[in-house]
Parts: sequence; structure tokens; C-alpha cells
Amino acid sequence: MRERILALVRKEWSILRRDRSSLLLGAVLPMLLMLLIGYGMSLDVKNVPTAVVLEDDSTVARHAASFTVGSEYFDPVFVHSLAEGEALLREKQVRAILRFPSGFSEQLSHRAAEVQIILDGVEASTAMSAESYLTSGLLSWVAEQGTGSQGSVRVVSRIWFNDANTSTWFYVPGILVLVLTISGVFLTAVVMAREYEHGTFEALFVTPVRPLEILLAKVIPYFVVAFFGMLLCLLAACLLYDMPLRGSLLLVLLASVCYLLTVLGIGLVLSCLTKNQFLACQISLLVSIMPTLMLSGFLFDLHTEPMGIRLVSAVFPATWYLALLKSLLLAGDSWPLILRNMTALSLYAVGFFALAYRLTKKEVA
Amino acid sequence: MCELALRAQRLCKVFPRTKKTEEILALGGVSLQVGRGEIVALIGPDGAGKTTFMRLACGLLRPTDGELYLGDTPVAEHPQEVQSRVSYMPQKFGLYEELTIQENLDLYASLRGVKKELREKRFAKLLDMTGLASFTGRQAGRLSGGMKQKLGLACTLVQVPELLILDEPTVGVDPLSRRELWAILKDIVEEESLSVLVSTAYLDEAARCDRVYILDRGKLLASGTPEELQAMAEGCTYVASPPEGVPLRILQASLLEEQAVLDAVPSCSQVRYTVAPGTGAAEASHLPSLVHFGVAGKPCSPRLEDSFMLLLKEAQKERGGEDLPAPDEGKAAGKWPVAVPQRKEDDLPVDIEVQDLVKSFGDFTAVSHISFSVHRGEVFGLLGPNGAGKTTTFRMLCGLLPATEGRLQVAGVDLRTARREARANIGYVAQKFSLYENLTVRENLLFYGGVYGLSGRRLRERFQAVIEEFSLTEVLDTLAGKLPGGYRQRLSMAAALIHEPQILFLDEPTSGIDPLARRIFWQQITRLAARGTTIIITTHFMDEAEYCDRFLIQDQGKLRALGSPRAIRTRLGMPQADMDEVFLQVVEEGRGEAAL
Repeated sequence: MRERILALVRKEWSILRRDRSSLLLGAVLPMLLMLLIGYGMSLDVKNVPTAVVLEDDSTVARHAASFTVGSEYFDPVFVHSLAEGEALLREKQVRAILRFPSGFSEQLSHRAAEVQIILDGVEASTAMSAESYLTSGLLSWVAEQGTGSQGSVRVVSRIWFNDANTSTWFYVPGILVLVLTISGVFLTAVVMAREYEHGTFEALFVTPVRPLEILLAKVIPYFVVAFFGMLLCLLAACLLYDMPLRGSLLLVLLASVCYLLTVLGIGLVLSCLTKNQFLACQISLLVSIMPTLMLSGFLFDLHTEPMGIRLVSAVFPATWYLALLKSLLLAGDSWPLILRNMTALSLYAVGFFALAYRLTKKEVA
Repeated sequence: MCELALRAQRLCKVFPRTKKTEEILALGGVSLQVGRGEIVALIGPDGAGKTTFMRLACGLLRPTDGELYLGDTPVAEHPQEVQSRVSYMPQKFGLYEELTIQENLDLYASLRGVKKELREKRFAKLLDMTGLASFTGRQAGRLSGGMKQKLGLACTLVQVPELLILDEPTVGVDPLSRRELWAILKDIVEEESLSVLVSTAYLDEAARCDRVYILDRGKLLASGTPEELQAMAEGCTYVASPPEGVPLRILQASLLEEQAVLDAVPSCSQVRYTVAPGTGAAEASHLPSLVHFGVAGKPCSPRLEDSFMLLLKEAQKERGGEDLPAPDEGKAAGKWPVAVPQRKEDDLPVDIEVQDLVKSFGDFTAVSHISFSVHRGEVFGLLGPNGAGKTTTFRMLCGLLPATEGRLQVAGVDLRTARREARANIGYVAQKFSLYENLTVRENLLFYGGVYGLSGRRLRERFQAVIEEFSLTEVLDTLAGKLPGGYRQRLSMAAALIHEPQILFLDEPTSGIDPLARRIFWQQITRLAARGTTIIITTHFMDEAEYCDRFLIQDQGKLRALGSPRAIRTRLGMPQADMDEVFLQVVEEGRGEAAL
């Protein structure tokens, strides 16, 4: 048995090496997706076009606004009335308004002065970043002035068009899950179907080989490829997106291995069922990307979803993995959650493999 | 130990109804035995159940009823054990195309648990026999058809199996490779007293086996040694030669329409025909169509193919012949031109003119300086071993592939400058069925008519003409995808001819259709040619070259022979040889010269 598995694994490995598509799918594509989705949802905002409304045209106000000039974060336009600023905002020429109301310098010398920030909330993440940049810019100016004769500045900000907020750390674990799902399911979805289509199984079946050996030999090499891809993605998440790792790395890896086996299992089941590469790919697309995007809590926070949707989403393994990953990366080790979700993931992995095993018969249709 | 390697008793296999297909009876009570050390052939038209039988024997399918034993082991109960003891080469060879020859062999040796110390000797022997020794590092996907097939065989022989099962091992392979494969097989069977079950579409191969089983539609028609089977057609076979200037196919076609004639086929510059058992010798040698041409038939000794056709015809008659078009009544003899005008080639207009045609892909020359011309109304064949460049030549002629060098005129138009105009004058039938499977026969034909620019009355007339010509009237509203093989082939022809092209190109039209349908196909070709359509055809059935007025043999990109079957035979000094021998001689001669 060992010799047969070894021979089959060696065969898969040679094919993997020569037919680069699997390597691309397993290692290169995840990285590419990581970069594309990550930077596509970039949180690092630069050159925000900002209207600086100087209703108070005093030296103090100008000085207070000077941090926007020459900074790589802002691209300021100076105007003298709020109306002009609003017009620019509506025309989408600027994303933010920094308003120094008339009497700013006067107020400043007496007591706390007010500065208004108005943001374009349609671009939620840009708005959030711009707000924090503007606030910190102003506050550091205040700090520079010292706490002597003059009073302090109070920033009053308003987000226009959308007053909800999105959390920045929310995305990166989600991207990881999405990437693992896509590459995992697609990797194995074609491997069985390809052999049925090329007629190679027909010859292979008429040897002493057992179904379990065929299945294991399919999983081992592709698991290695997918695991490697996963490590790259984790590394990328930490280095490129400054993802914190508050929980244990070992647990993160363990959870990821469980999830990888689950998605590889899903791919194998699809492959055995369809016996057709094209069909297997189509279905993979439906069962991997769509639920992961929509229902796992990647785009939409599940706590805000109605009960029905939450129940549906609990069916998908991605939901369990994402919750676990988020908690491990962002919050730290929380044992009840870890135990519950790990159990669920292991059950999924075992379940899909059992199903794939039942479907692998040494028979042709 | 049981002295039989394989024993099947009243074996049945029924594929249950699915959404797409009706219930299919693939095997209906077949009994078959393979003795130890025997080569047993399974022959029959497509859809006879040959592949199903072999898959059952390998335990890849479960029988619906009946008994099947490998030695003393019931196959259905112990498929795993059976699969460890037999070796099987499926039709597609089952090779991993990304793996090298060595890796494929290693894989199968490891799976079969061949010990390391035995391996080297065995591999050396197999590689030597198959002539693959110097290519062990090459990936299987980059081998020619013939080499793949030999590698497939080698993989099944990494150890001596209890039973070797080969499913159409020579399908789509040229005569050269076929002959080599059979030599290897014979050697190894003798040396290692191997038991073999092989299915084949070539009856000359079956004639070399110890015993032959003839299957048709899941039923066993006959079995016995090749000699016993041949004897069934004893006294029924005759040959006749047409008068000078009359193509063999004209005489053959008119013979086929005689009531008494079961089969007629051009062979060795003569027409062989089989009459129904019980027909008197005097009647058989002076059939109306023979008298019509002023010739007489002579009795000859039967071949396995004659008995095979006889049995198939009888089986078909019992079924009522529902799958083939009814022969046209009362037209025998009168339908074919009495005397084809003495063909002086210079008189007829030239439809295709090829001069110094070259096609290179990078530094590989697929077609090297080929020149020939085809006259109006001629049937012209393109023959050659796998990879000889005939498909490339063919594609250039139809304007599907631009030529690298040379002159190429089709229907008086230069293909290099006016491809579109040339296309209006040609019809093309691709090797694969390329019509829309989800459209009905009617929709397909009307669509193709429209594509070729026909409309209104002209389209209706042509539509009517082609459906009558190809007997498609009854299946007009059937989806093309649901037609049986023979019908599909006729539909393809009808679609290619709906715009009444001057020239018809056919790429391997007869591969994958059974011998009966092939006869009908050639009758249609004969009729078309008689009406003045020029026909260019590629085929890997060498005997079909006999139907051609002239043909060329291409090998390694070069033209090796060009002329009428008779002229080529005369040149080679082998007037009685069959086409396979002619072909082999030409190819070997050409390669010999190339090596000098």
C-alpha cells in the first residue's frame, strides 16, 4: 500500500511540476488575490483632495491650516466660504472640507475654538482616514502652540452621505478566507475530473490500486501546494497589511489546516460528482466564492443580519473559519470559541473526505 | 487452476434510463471463453457492445445478469482481485501525457508491485520490443499515435498478467504501426503464453487470432476460429474487373444494388462481391450489372470480412434494416453511367492546383514541396501514416491554414489572395461531428443554407434535394445530437452540400462508423462524383483508397506516391497486392531513400 501511494504521489507531483497551472492556482493566484483585493480595498489614503474654508482669514487660522500644504496626505484647495466648499464636495472635486468659522482666532484667544470637518461618506474608508488625518493634524498644531495664553481647539466632524462606519481590520482575515477557499476548491475540483476525461482512470483502475489510495494520493500533493500558498498569504497579511497576531500562531495554523482540508474535500466531491472539468469549475465558483463573499461575514457583519441569514451562513464552513481566524488574529485566544469552531471545522473536513471516498468507485459510467 | 482464463455465461448489461438517454441494452446474453495462451478477438460494428464487455471483464462495470469468471474468481463479487490479476488498455491508451515514458512505466510497475530487481530486465525487454528505448525521457503527450499505443501496451505488460485485455488498440493508427504492434503482441504471447482478449475494427487483425467472436447490438452472431468463420461464406464470394476506364466504385455501386448481392467492395484493383447463400454460380457470375458492363465474375476464396458482412447483413435483414436508408428501387444498373467518358485528364478542367506547397511551423517542416492537381469529378484520396502532414495539407486546401510557400488554386481562385471566394465553392466535412447537437436536422440544414447565402425558393429547393439525397426525411425533427452515427455522418454531408459546392472536402469521414454505413457512404460519394462534384478525402482505412480515381501518399511531409491505384501497383510491380501492402511498400521505399 505504501509503495502504491508513493508512486501515485510521485506521479501527481511530476504532473504538478510540468503542468504549471496547479502551482499557479495554489501559490501564485492566492498571493495575487491577496495583493489585488488588499490594495483594491486599500486603507492607506493619500492625496485626499480637501477644501480648506477660511471664513476667518486671519494669520492664526492660516497657520492652523498650514499642515495640509506640502503633506503627502492632502491636496488642499483654499476657499473663503462654506458654500464654495460644499459645491466642490458635491461635484466630487474634494472629499473633505476643513472649515475655520469666522471668529476662529478670536474664539481661540478666549476659550475653545471650533473647527468643522465635513466628509464625503460615500467613500467610507477614505472618509474615515481623512477624518483621522485632519484631526491629528489639527491637534498636533495645537500641541505645537503649547498650552499657554491661547485656548484649545475642539474638532467637530460630520460625515455626510453615510454616517455608518466600517472597521479597518475587518477585511484582512476575510481576504485570507476568500483566497484559501478559491484556491483550495479549484485545485482539487479538476484533478479527478481530468482523469475521467482523459481516460487515464480507466487504465489505472485495472491495477491493484484501492480507491482510498487514489484519494490520498490526490490530497497529499495538493495539500502541500495549498498549505504553501496559505503560509505566503499569512505572511503577506502580516507584512503588507500590518495584521496583528494576538492569539497563538499554532492555533491559527491548525485552524487553517482544518479549513484547507475542508475546501480540498469539497473540490474532490465536486470532481467525483461531475467527472467533468468544466462543470466542476463552474460549480466551484458558485459554492466557493459566492457564499464566502456574501455569507461568511466577510463583507457584512453577521451580527447585523436577520436570524434566517445567520442560520444559512452557519451551514458554510467559511463562516466558522472566519469567526475563528478573526478572533485569533485580532482578539487573542478565546477558548470556548476556539473549541466550538475547531470542532465544527474538523467535522466538515472529515465529512467531505468521507463523502469523496464514498464517491470514488473503481467503476466507469 | 482452471484452464480457461475468462468465461462469460449469458452475460447481460442494461444501462438504465437517464434524463438524456433511453434504456440501453448493451449486452443481451453473451457467452464467451478465452482459453489460456489464446488470443481471442472480439469484432463487431460500433455500438455492438465490445467496450462494455471488456469493462465488465475488468470489473469496471457490474453486469445486470449472467456469470463472468476470471479463472475461478467471479468478477462481479471480487472486482479488486480481478483488477490486480488482469491488465487492460482502454481505447485512449490511459497514459499520463505529462509523464515521460520512463515515469509511466515506473508508475504502473509500482502500482502492480513489480520488484525493483525484476524491473530493469523487464523494462529493457519492453523498451527494446517497442523500439522506445531511445525516447524514455520524452513526455507521453509528445509521442506520435503509434508510439503512444506501443507505450500503452508496454504499461500493461510491466508484469505478465493472467489476462491481457486490449480495447481497439489499433484504432486511428496507420498500417505501419499496426503491423509493428501485432508483431510485438504475437512475440510476447508466444514467449510468455499470455492470454489475450482484443477488440478490433480491422478484420485482417481478427484473422490472425486463435478464435473470433462476432458481436452485433449486444448479441453474439457467430464464433469460431477464423477458418471456420471464413468457411461460412464459402462459395458466395466472387471477383470481377470493370472494363478499362470505368472506376471500380461504379461497378461496385451498381453491384451493391442487386438483390442477390450482400456486399461488394473494391479490392486489389478488382471488385469483390458476396452473393446470398444459395445463389447459383452461373447467376452469380452473370449478374445484370456485370452483363451491363460486359464483364463476368469469377469465384474466389472467402475472407473473414466476407463472412462478417454476410452475418451483419442477415442480422440487419431480421431487424428490418431500420437504421439504414432503403436502397433505391428499380434503379439498379440503369442508374450508373454506362461508360464513363474515357478519361483523358487533360480534357477535364482542373479544380485544384497545388504547386510546391510548403508549410513550416517554426523550424519544423510539416509539408515539404508538394505538387498535384485534381480534375473535375475526380475522387482524390490523401493517405499517409500518423503525423505525415496530410491533415496540414488538407487544411491548407480548404483555406483553414495559410501556406508558407507555393501556389494553391481552388476552383480557379488563388487561395492566398481570395480565400473567401474560394470558400463559396467548397463544402467541408470535419472529422468530428461539428453540427449543432441541440438543433434539429431541419434547423441545422436551414442554418447552414443561410450561412452559405441561400434564401427563399433556392434554399427550399436545395433543402429538399439534400434531405432526399441523404434519406433524412424521417428524422427531420430529431435533435442532431440524438442521431445514431451513420445518420450524423449523412447530416454532415448534407450540410456541407446544401450550397451545391463544386468541391467537397472530407476529413476522415469514415472513422467511427460501422462497415455497413461505410458502404453506403461510398455509394453516395460515387453518385456525387458521377454528377461532377470533385471530392478530396483523407482516410486511414487503406482499402478505401481503392474507391479513389487517384490518390497520393504522404510521409514525413513529402509526397511519396501519386497516381491511380492501378498505376501505383504497376509501378511497384505488385499488381495483386492489397492496399496495406502497397502503402507499406511506398512508405518504406520513401524512408529508405530519405536515409541514403
